[in-house]
Amino acid sequence: MAITWEAINEGDLIPELKKCPGVTQLVKYAAGSGDFNPLHHDYNFPQSKAIGSIIVHGRFKYAVIGECVSNWLDHAGRIKKMSCQYRGMDFPDQEITCKGTVVRKFEENGEKLVELSVWTENPEGKNTTPGLVVAAFK
Amino acid sequence: MAENFQITEEMQALVGWESAPWDFEVTATSVRAFARGVGYTDLVYYDVEAAKAAGYRDLPAPPSYLGTAIFIPGRSDEYLPFPPGYSPPLDHGLLGLLDGGTETEYFEDICAGDTLTCVNKLASLATKESKGLGTMLIMGTEAAYTNQNGKVAAIQRSQVILY
Repeated sequence: MAITWEAINEGDLIPELKKCPGVTQLVKYAAGSGDFNPLHHDYNFPQSKAIGSIIVHGRFKYAVIGECVSNWLDHAGRIKKMSCQYRGMDFPDQEITCKGTVVRKFEENGEKLVELSVWTENPEGKNTTPGLVVAAFK
Repeated sequence: MAENFQITEEMQALVGWESAPWDFEVTATSVRAFARGVGYTDLVYYDVEAAKAAGYRDLPAPPSYLGTAIFIPGRSDEYLPFPPGYSPPLDHGLLGLLDGGTETEYFEDICAGDTLTCVNKLASLATKESKGLGTMLIMGTEAAYTNQNGKVAAIQRSQVILY
């Protein structure tokens, strides 16, 4: 059964979403988003050489946060606002775990809303992409 | 990398600059390609019947979809997903680029079949010191997407780090 606003409590954790994007997935993301910055697929690109690897698109992680929250909402609600900051680099073939928790449940202008703290963690458990989501329920 | 980078008066004067508007077509093919790129398994982003069963007009644009590319050879950036004339004409001379952060605020549903008209604005300029990268220029932009009904469907704020 789909989630309802009434059943949500502040402090609730949303189900985690794990991703382990390899080069092929990053190439698919480049094609889907149109971001062909070589830093995300070309190991010979000067910036990749300087870093020592290609890195995962920040926007890929932003999209994973969106997918994680959308999976939880299961179309019973919609995302009104979603933000994140790219604080740390993530590398291909390393697990990215997206997590989120409900920090506020409130009503505003007749809308039933929740605010979530969301983030992605690298394999060491470091938060590389902190973010916030506000979602509205029908 | 820049050791002594400074925001000049000419650069500061560009804050508030707005791009020419361009049309951004939300198509079923681009929604599917974006969803595939992220690895979505939810069929609403691929199958119109599944989308309609979930209450959407057509395939919904996944959150974070906005910002996908308009490419015109010779006029667009070769690598980055920006249409011609999208970026403020800042003469900063910095070659390194990192994405700092993204915020999108949605006011209307965005689905395949919509045509959005977008205007990008230079919202802010600041510098920040980094141990590894020297003086960085932090550029804040704000892109407004207006739909075919004349309603602002979304505003996307981005932070671009140049070094």
